[in-house]
Amino acid sequence: MVLLRPVRDLLQRHWPLRMREMYQFYIMISDDRDTQCSNERHLMFVYPQSGLVDEKFRVEVENLPPACPVTLHCLHRSEDQDHWEAFGHYCSDHSGTVKVSEDESFGGTYSGRECMGLLWSMRPVPGSRRGLRLRKTHVDIPMTLLISVYRGHLTAGFRELPPVASVVAERWYMAPGVKRIAVEERGVVGTFFIPPGPGPFPGVLDMWGGGGGLVEYRSALLASHGFASMALKYIDPGDTPTDMAMGYFETAFQIIQDHPQVITDRVGILGLSFGTSVALTVAAYSQISRPRCCVCISGSHAYPITTPMDLLAEARVRNSEKVWKDEENNVIWRNLILPIPTDPALRVDVGRIECPLLLVNGDDDQNWATTESAEDIANMMSVAGNKHLLTTLTYPKAGHLIEPPFTPHIRASNFIVQHTREKVIMLWGGEPKGHAVAQEDSWKRILNFLKEHLCIQPTLAPQAKL
Amino acid sequence: MAVQGPMLWLSVHPCRGLVDEKIKVLVQHAAPVQRLTVHTLFRSEDGDDWEAFGHYVSDSAGAVDVSEDVCLGGTYSGHEPMGLLWSLRPVPGSRPSLRFRKKDTGTPMLVTISLHQGFLSDSFTERLPLASRVVERWYMAPGVRRVELTEGGVTGTLFLPPGPGQFPAVLDLPGGGRSLPEARAVLLASHGFVTLALNYLNPRRTAGGEYHVGNDYFQTAFSVLQTHPQVIRERIAIVGLSFGASMALGLSVYSPTIKPSCLVSISGSHVQPAGGSLGDIFAEFKKNEKNTRYDEEKRVIWHDLLLPIPSNPSKKVDVGQLCCPLLLIVGEDDQNWPAEESASDMKEMMEMSGNGHLLTVLSYPDTGHLIEPPYSPHCRSSNFINAESREKYPPR
Repeated sequence: MVLLRPVRDLLQRHWPLRMREMYQFYIMISDDRDTQCSNERHLMFVYPQSGLVDEKFRVEVENLPPACPVTLHCLHRSEDQDHWEAFGHYCSDHSGTVKVSEDESFGGTYSGRECMGLLWSMRPVPGSRRGLRLRKTHVDIPMTLLISVYRGHLTAGFRELPPVASVVAERWYMAPGVKRIAVEERGVVGTFFIPPGPGPFPGVLDMWGGGGGLVEYRSALLASHGFASMALKYIDPGDTPTDMAMGYFETAFQIIQDHPQVITDRVGILGLSFGTSVALTVAAYSQISRPRCCVCISGSHAYPITTPMDLLAEARVRNSEKVWKDEENNVIWRNLILPIPTDPALRVDVGRIECPLLLVNGDDDQNWATTESAEDIANMMSVAGNKHLLTTLTYPKAGHLIEPPFTPHIRASNFIVQHTREKVIMLWGGEPKGHAVAQEDSWKRILNFLKEHLCIQPTLAPQAKL
Repeated sequence: MAVQGPMLWLSVHPCRGLVDEKIKVLVQHAAPVQRLTVHTLFRSEDGDDWEAFGHYVSDSAGAVDVSEDVCLGGTYSGHEPMGLLWSLRPVPGSRPSLRFRKKDTGTPMLVTISLHQGFLSDSFTERLPLASRVVERWYMAPGVRRVELTEGGVTGTLFLPPGPGQFPAVLDLPGGGRSLPEARAVLLASHGFVTLALNYLNPRRTAGGEYHVGNDYFQTAFSVLQTHPQVIRERIAIVGLSFGASMALGLSVYSPTIKPSCLVSISGSHVQPAGGSLGDIFAEFKKNEKNTRYDEEKRVIWHDLLLPIPSNPSKKVDVGQLCCPLLLIVGEDDQNWPAEESASDMKEMMEMSGNGHLLTVLSYPDTGHLIEPPYSPHCRSSNFINAESREKYPPR
């Protein structure tokens, strides 16, 4: 798992061909600037240079002229070869220093005092394809960011002008020593991430939503925090939808419990979007799988996974006029499950759940009616007498895709509707700052929730002496 | 009565960092006042295992903070935040006289840090630890580029920081020995210097070339840096270790074209034929080979080869003519080179010439010859291959 830093390619793409001519251009324009000594070295730091994705970093520039307007710019080239960027406008202080964690950004893709704004406010560069979503496929290599400082307050033309200085930062989903194991066992497909050390570790069954496929990065990050986490594939985007069998998820849960490095009775479930439906159905109805706790992000208890396909098809036809589109033709699905059904066959009986449950929702979720669902879940649990197990976090101006922190907000992106194969741009909702706050706060709370319920051991109470 | 409490937690921060960065090792939720051993294990590129360990006692909350707490014994003791790295040594049973050196500077050192119950001093691999973490220690920061150089007959490795530049530069002259240690050069580039690690003892030679390079080789190397588009030509330093330091001193004073902004001499000496070439210097050392001593384990001591410090000016670099700041780094227990004696003599010469204000001497007690980047293990003696004769020496 040790790899050479893949930076040469990055720099050759951004400082392509004819490097000498570019530097001569730089020297020529710098000679024209009467405020700059061409031998002055502008120092730029980022710390840590190689951090985990959920770690904060500090970006600082020194040796600028005092009160100098500059633009801090962050550039990332995704695995899909798209370019993402973010930038903030700053002014150096009397000592010629800019500290992103302490200073205010006057504008750009973010404003105000935002130490991680250069990451969470990234968006595709102008001219990019529509509907992009930034997702990491190869979790054993880092995201590489080129962070540069430019003279003046720029909003475009970053590729044409040479920066004053640059640094490269890496953002990893996987800590050193985490083991990645492909799982194809008893019909279950997934990837298991085991933390370093002998264990045993608490376990997590990690599920993403209806877009399908095998998405590993959140599990890799959970393992970096000490959880043996399995990312599960349960929807293949290429397949026609069939009835979901609870047995598949029970087997996946068992595989985690059976692993020699997992504490059998300390396994939880974490789901996002449709993964929430799975989590709630298993927690409420499974006689075999007893999760120690459940985290449900941007999901609903409406239409449990055991709902037969024909019932779902009827509901789709009935509700087809509830699919809206916004002014950019992005598809809005949030009304599809409204009103929340009262038919017990179409709603998970959350009154049966016996483990702690954490719901994480954005109040601007345009894909699922998650806040209405959360309210109904609270009512049902109140009636059933298990409401003390429920914690609900609702974040203002956050959308559907509440992911690990400091990753860009995606308001809308490409989506293939499984049962019709239609390619649409799905509106997820939210706005950048509100969504960034939701991602940062909810991740901390999710980790604490998992630690509270899974990372516990028997200890002896202190003996009082009389 | 058993109650539920949080699980034992071992953390190391940063989990990926440069080798000269400090790490913070924390233990939480252990039993209170519990004896614990923190153990580090590293497998070198040659397949040798190195280890270090420290004994700690958790506080009343069951916590240990290696940066703050006192180590009660092990391969180091006392308040030593980085003891787990600098006290790494070959595990018992290893091949003799190993020296710690990273050849491939593009990949990290992988160090496993484990927590064991009780005060242990051996057999770590036979016991299951309570917890472990892995840290990566890098010489090369993200964005640093490595270029193999063969320009104008000069061979070496150029390291470039990320960004357009321009950057200050360093000509790095390593010590004697067969391979080209790049560790210091790549680390300097990780700190923003364009660095050329120059291969001057084993360069690629054209057919019929001379055995030792002449001074023009170094002049070409220096001008490669001066003319590089990403280098500030007026800001080039020379850093030399051991033999490289001796070369750096001589070239800075006598070369008409090599004018560094400053000089760093680590474990070096000014004793050499004044204005001489590399070949002249080797010839002079050979004359003094009879001064070689051996310790009780038959290890070679070359300390006296250059002693006594001559008073004849033609036998040492006239540092009184130096025009740039000079930093001398000296280990007072250097058994390989008379670095301490040379430093005193250089100080005297410079004070008499009136350029003593340019000199800074850092002299470290109980320190040997191989003063390398921080937090790497100490080697009291190691195998060495003579650059001229290609003989493998007994350990020193």
